[in-house]
Parts: sequence; structure tokens; C-alpha cells
Amino acid sequence: MVAYVARRLIQTMLILIGISFVTFVLLYLVPADPARQIAGRSATAATVENIRQQLGLNLPFHEQYLRYLGGLLNGDLGRSYLQKTEVSTLIASRLPASLLLMAGAIFCELLFGLTMGVVAALNRGSRIDETLMVASFVGVSAPQFVIGILLLYIFAVQLGWFPIGGYGTFAHLVLPSLTLGFLGAGWYSRMMRSSLIEVLRQDYVRTARAAGIARARVLLGHALPNAILPIIAMIGIDIGLFMSGIVVVESVFGWPGIGQLAWQAIQRVDIPIIMGVTLVSACAIVLGNLIADLITPLIDPRIRLR
Amino acid sequence: MRRLLLAGVAAAALCASPALSPAFAQDIKQGGSMTVTYKDDVSTLDPAIGYDWQNWSMIKSLFDGLMDYEPGTTELRPELAESYEISEDGTVFTFKLRQGVKFHNGRELTAEDVKYSIERTVNPKTQSPGAGFFGSIKGFEEASAGNAEGLSGVTVVDPYTIRFELSRPDATFLHVLALNFAHVVPKEEVEKHGADFGKHPVGSGAFRLAEWTLGQRLVFERFQDYWNEGLPKLDQIVFEVGQEPVVALLRLQNGEVDVPGDGIPPAKFIEVMNDPKFKDLIIQGGQLHTGYVTMNVKIPPFDRIEVRKAVNMAINKDRILRIINGRAVVANQPLPPTMPGYAEDYQGYPYDPEGAKALLAEAGLGDGFETELFVMNTDPQPRIAQAIQQDLKAIGIEASIKSLAQANVIAAGGEEDQAPMIWSGGMAWIADFPDPSNFYGPILGCDGAVPGGWNWAWYCNEELDAAAAEADSIVDPAMAGEREAMWRDIYLKIMEDAPWAPIFNEERFTIRSERIGGDDKLFVDPVHIPVHYDEVYAEDVQ
Repeated sequence: MVAYVARRLIQTMLILIGISFVTFVLLYLVPADPARQIAGRSATAATVENIRQQLGLNLPFHEQYLRYLGGLLNGDLGRSYLQKTEVSTLIASRLPASLLLMAGAIFCELLFGLTMGVVAALNRGSRIDETLMVASFVGVSAPQFVIGILLLYIFAVQLGWFPIGGYGTFAHLVLPSLTLGFLGAGWYSRMMRSSLIEVLRQDYVRTARAAGIARARVLLGHALPNAILPIIAMIGIDIGLFMSGIVVVESVFGWPGIGQLAWQAIQRVDIPIIMGVTLVSACAIVLGNLIADLITPLIDPRIRLR
Repeated sequence: MRRLLLAGVAAAALCASPALSPAFAQDIKQGGSMTVTYKDDVSTLDPAIGYDWQNWSMIKSLFDGLMDYEPGTTELRPELAESYEISEDGTVFTFKLRQGVKFHNGRELTAEDVKYSIERTVNPKTQSPGAGFFGSIKGFEEASAGNAEGLSGVTVVDPYTIRFELSRPDATFLHVLALNFAHVVPKEEVEKHGADFGKHPVGSGAFRLAEWTLGQRLVFERFQDYWNEGLPKLDQIVFEVGQEPVVALLRLQNGEVDVPGDGIPPAKFIEVMNDPKFKDLIIQGGQLHTGYVTMNVKIPPFDRIEVRKAVNMAINKDRILRIINGRAVVANQPLPPTMPGYAEDYQGYPYDPEGAKALLAEAGLGDGFETELFVMNTDPQPRIAQAIQQDLKAIGIEASIKSLAQANVIAAGGEEDQAPMIWSGGMAWIADFPDPSNFYGPILGCDGAVPGGWNWAWYCNEELDAAAAEADSIVDPAMAGEREAMWRDIYLKIMEDAPWAPIFNEERFTIRSERIGGDDKLFVDPVHIPVHYDEVYAEDVQ
């Protein structure tokens, strides 16, 4: 187990270095000149050159990258070009909000997704099954912006149950979590449905039923724990999907997370922030997968980590 | 002989502004709070660095400069200066400072602070986008290249007197001193916070920063020791950031927001304008903006004047106004109507596709040609570019649209052979200060037609450059009319060469809640966008 985690952590490091390299290359190739942007439209050529030197933008690519990597190893993500603030400070101030939203969204996804999946599987082929699967299809394909605005309009503006955007209390968390969760729930419900149908066909379920064990007990004690296994791996993958969704949802609900920070930085080509957020997102995805892999054997002892 | 141009207590002038009648101003009680929302977080509140329309007016409320404008107008007036003198030849400016002005940290502001602040902006280590504005001060070249510590042209005569010596007469210098980049900062606070000063701003302005939770909110509080008694009117302003404009509008209706800082979202514009509830809460005003299409005179066939004139005549500007719901007026020259020097009686090029075709035929391009139109990729800019594309197609010009991120369009414009045409929407040009010269240097003058420059038409007319320099050497206010006429002439000559097709001048629409009061002009102030924070007041404490 320890060897496995160590190996995975080394892999993670390599993946992050790879991602940092690819992102750095891509941003290096963007034709926008940060020095010119910082210097402004009234700057002289000498001023622009001076700023370029201070930022090290006149150095060859490999030197710039090695400098950045050196900074990373010391925990230095650089300083924002336009906000003149440490990128780590900016990210640290926004990370808790994003993690909270992610936790809320995963809770909603599992609650709705699994319930829908179980109900659909138990009523396979019926009208209920069809309706739920159509709903999950809509959920998967609906644009987050539209769902967000719709929920906001109905529950915050018309009904007044929740605040109209913002951050701070539990009430603020509900609508953005629902928006992200509603969309993800579609995947979970489909996955849960097929997984449960598969498990319900297994011999041990049939045996348990034949032995006269109550249906609910069979379902909760035998079928569900087995059917839920693929879902756990999915949560890890889901963190990656959240990273893209979070940009839109955070914008709609005014949620002060890193998605919003990334969006603002992309618009202004603030390269240190874009690099920083990309690396933090990559970390989240890789760690999400690692945690999912570590939890799986706890649920199913047949799975061994090697 | 030196002439005393202006003296007296400017505080009195504050109340006597044309925007606010004295009686009206004195009746207003101080107190209350206002909530303003923005989509994006505030980038920095360092006056030497902040250069976007969102932080511009916030910085103006936290810091003061030697000069400022009458609220709601483009008229200059002294702020930290009590009086000033300009030498006969227009190269020496001497300012007497107001005494007893305090920074938010309690220390008195002196002439040393003014000198330090301007030298800090010019110092390349500060990386200020405004350094270039101080180019006329003696010693600028050495200081901006990092070869000198300070500016040799700035002298502290005594704690309350500061003198600027210029290398050439500069009629815009007073405007430059009213820019945020010239606002005064205390050295000890800058040194304490280093590069993070923009997150811990300390100035001498009407408000002080009480709280900044990154990505969430900023709270400005009244500065109790503010030198200008009676200001600010409000006790507190809360800036909530990260709010979508559509959501902000819903919250305004709910009474939770007083001013949505990003304005009325385009998708909601007609609905809001037609809603009787909002009728009295929307204020419309001009702004110092022109939207234009540049034609790169270095790229054929735009090196031919007939072609450039044909493009000017081909574009149906009224139709473009409809695309943006009429939030602008048609432009026919580089300067906007609110700018001194605007030629009222100039008609511009008419919308005449047939005439345009004839001009193309005259240039030997009767069969038309293919070209590219660069545009920034956020709504409504690509839609405007499509309208221009259709108009050009009608006269035989096939322009393919290159829709890119803002920084990439700017980068392409700064290369001599990259962008044949650029639609400027979303990128340029809002004046930094209300003077006609501000629409010339970087975007139409020879200095801007360099790699990485902002003169995307690559138009360089040395005669006009000389005329511009001459106009800017007229410092005497008694000759302001002549100077204005010279600038008018320069822009009309530019139109004869037609390196641009001016399209429209944007209008501003500010929406506010019923509980925020103030003269209408304060809500469309040309330099304090979206509102003049120091001057508006809360109705519920009156």
C-alpha cells in the first residue's frame, strides 16, 4: 500500500511537470506580449524593453521554463502581471470556496444520481424508468449557464427561497451546488442504473432472494455495495469535469472560487495566474483519482492495490 | 514675468460646481451606505498601476492628485494644489500645496510625497502603464530607461511648494497631473507593502479601504480626516465582486444593489429601457469614446487613398447602431462630440455604396479584392464585424473575419504586415483625459506607428505630427480656442487621408436604485465611471 502510494505520488509529480511544460509552451506561443500589455499604450520602447527584462521575457524559452520550474519547487507560483500579487495568495484565497462548492455538488450528484439510478433500475422498462433516463439525458446535455440562470430565477427571484448569488452562508451554497450536481447526476443515474441491473442479475442476489431475505435487505445489504463500485472511481474522474463546469457556475452565481479567477485571467492573458490555476486543477484531478483508487479496496476487499 | 493663473480655496469651488448648485449641495446630509457590484474582481488599487475603467474611479476615491475635474464635467480644477503658476514660455509649472492634508495613516502630505509619487510611476521597476504620460518632464528619458534615480525636472521648493520643469511646452500637463498615475502615495506605506501596495492602498482620498476579501468584496469607509469637509457624502461603499450583470440587475430590483457597476447587460437592454419601473433610474450620457475600423496603410490595397475612402462610404453605421440597440451615436471623425476640438459642422463621408464602388473602380479595383478584418471575440464585437463584412461585400470587398482574444488582436495590430483591417470595439479608444491631443499620439501619430504600437493603421503624417506638437505648445489658457481650432484642423486633415472609418461614439447608461441620489451628471461622470463615488448620497438618511 505504502509503495503503491509512493509510486502514484511520483507519477503525479511527473504528470504535473508534463502539464506545466505543455501549458508553458502553449502560453509562450500566444502572440500577445505581456511586457507591452503591462507597459500600456503610452509607453516608450525603452520602458517595454525594461519591463521585458525584469520579467525575464527576453530569455530563451528553456531558461524561462527552468526558472519557472525552479520557482515551483520552492512553492513559488510567481506574481500576477496585472494584479501584482502572489499567485499563491490569489489561489489560496479562492480555493476554499471552490472546494466547498465541489463538495456540495458531489453530494447533490450522488443524492440525485444514485436515487434516480436505483429507482430506474428497480422499475426497468417502465414509464418511470423512461422518464428518469430522459431527465438524466437532459441533465447531461443542458448548458450549465442556462440551468444556473433558470434555478436562480425560479428559486431566488420568484420564490425568494435563496439569495440571488453570493457567498457566505449555507443558503448561498444550495443553488450553485444544485446546478453543478443536477448536470453530473445524469451520468451517475445512468451508471447506477446499468450497474445495479447487472448486479441484480447475479447468482448471489437470486440466491439471497430465494432464501427468503426481504427485498429491501437484499438491495441495501448485497446489491447496492457491489453496484456502487464503479461510481467511486467516477467521482475521481468527476473532479476533472467539475473544473470546467466550475468556471461557468462560479460566474453565474458570483461564487468567489478559482474558476472565476481563471476566467478573469484568461481574458487578460495574465500568464502566471493561468499557469497557477492550471496546475492546481491538475493536482485536484490527479489527487481525486488517487483517492478514488485508495477507497475502492476498502469497499471491495477483492481489489488489491499493487 | 509669471502670471498667476489660478488661486484661491478650491474647496469653495467644489460646491460651486456647475453640476451641483451650492444650496442643493449643503442640504445633503452625510451618512448611509451604497452597494455596487462588478463581474470581475478588482485587480489593483495602486494608482501607479491601476489602469482599467473599474479601478480608475475607485482609486480616485482613495487617492488625490494635484489636479482634478469638476464633478460630472471635464473642467479642470485644483485638488491638492491650492494654486498654481505657469511660466510665460509654458515650461515651468509651480504648485502651492494645500496645508494640513492627511494621509489615511495620519501623516501630513507634503511636496516630497508628490515628487516621490511621480518619480515612482516613471521608475521602470514600478512597471506603470502610465509612465509615458510624464514624457515632457525634464529627465524623463534617463529615469524611464532606469539610468537615473529621479526626475531632474521635479524640485521640492519647500514642504508646500513643488516645481516641474518641462523639456517642451505642454498644454496637456495639467490634465496629466489629474491622472491617477500622478496621485500621491506615502513612501513609508509603499515600502512597507512593497509590490502588494495595490492590495493595501493608503492615500489621502475621501474614502479609506476598510476591507478587501479577495474575490468577494471591498469596503470603503469615509475618511474622517478628509481635508475637503462635507465629502464624501456616504459613510460606506460596499463593492461586491464576482456578480454577473444579469444577476446584479435582479438584485437591484430586489433592493439589494444600488449600482450594477457593469451597467445594463446587452441582452436585457431593450427590456430594461422599456420597463416603466426603471424609467427614472436610468441616466444616459456621452463618453469620450470612438469606435473605428483601422485600415493598414502599409498593406495593399489600403495604401491607396481611394480604397480607404471607399470603405468609409460603404459602411452603414445606422444599421450597426441597431445591432447594439442604439447605445451610441454615429461617428464621422476621430474625436467624440463631447471632446473639445470636435468639428460640429463636418459631415464626414456619406453612406454611399455606389460612390464607393466608383472609387474602387477608379483605383483599378472594380472587381473588388480579398482582405481580412480582425476583431475581438466577445459579444457584440463579432456581430458588428459581420455587419461591416456584409457592407464591404456589397461593394466587392471580400473581408474574412479573424475573431481573436483581445491581446492577440492588439498584438497583430502592432505588427506592420499582420492586420489589414481591425474593428477597434472593446479595445480602444476611451480618452485618458479630456483633451484632443489624447486621441492623436499613440493611435494616429508617427510615434505609435512602430512595432508593438497602438497606431494600427500605421498612418504617419509628419506634417500633422509637427502641427500636433505646435498645438500642444500653446499653454496659455487665453489661447485655448486657437489651440482647439488647430486640433480640429488636424483631425479633419486625417479624415482627408481616411486611415480610419469612424463608426460610432458610445453612450453610457447607468442604472441606480431609488435610494441613491445626486445630480444626473454624477452618474455619467466622464472620469468617474460608473458614478462619482465621493459626491452621490443616500436618500434614506436625508
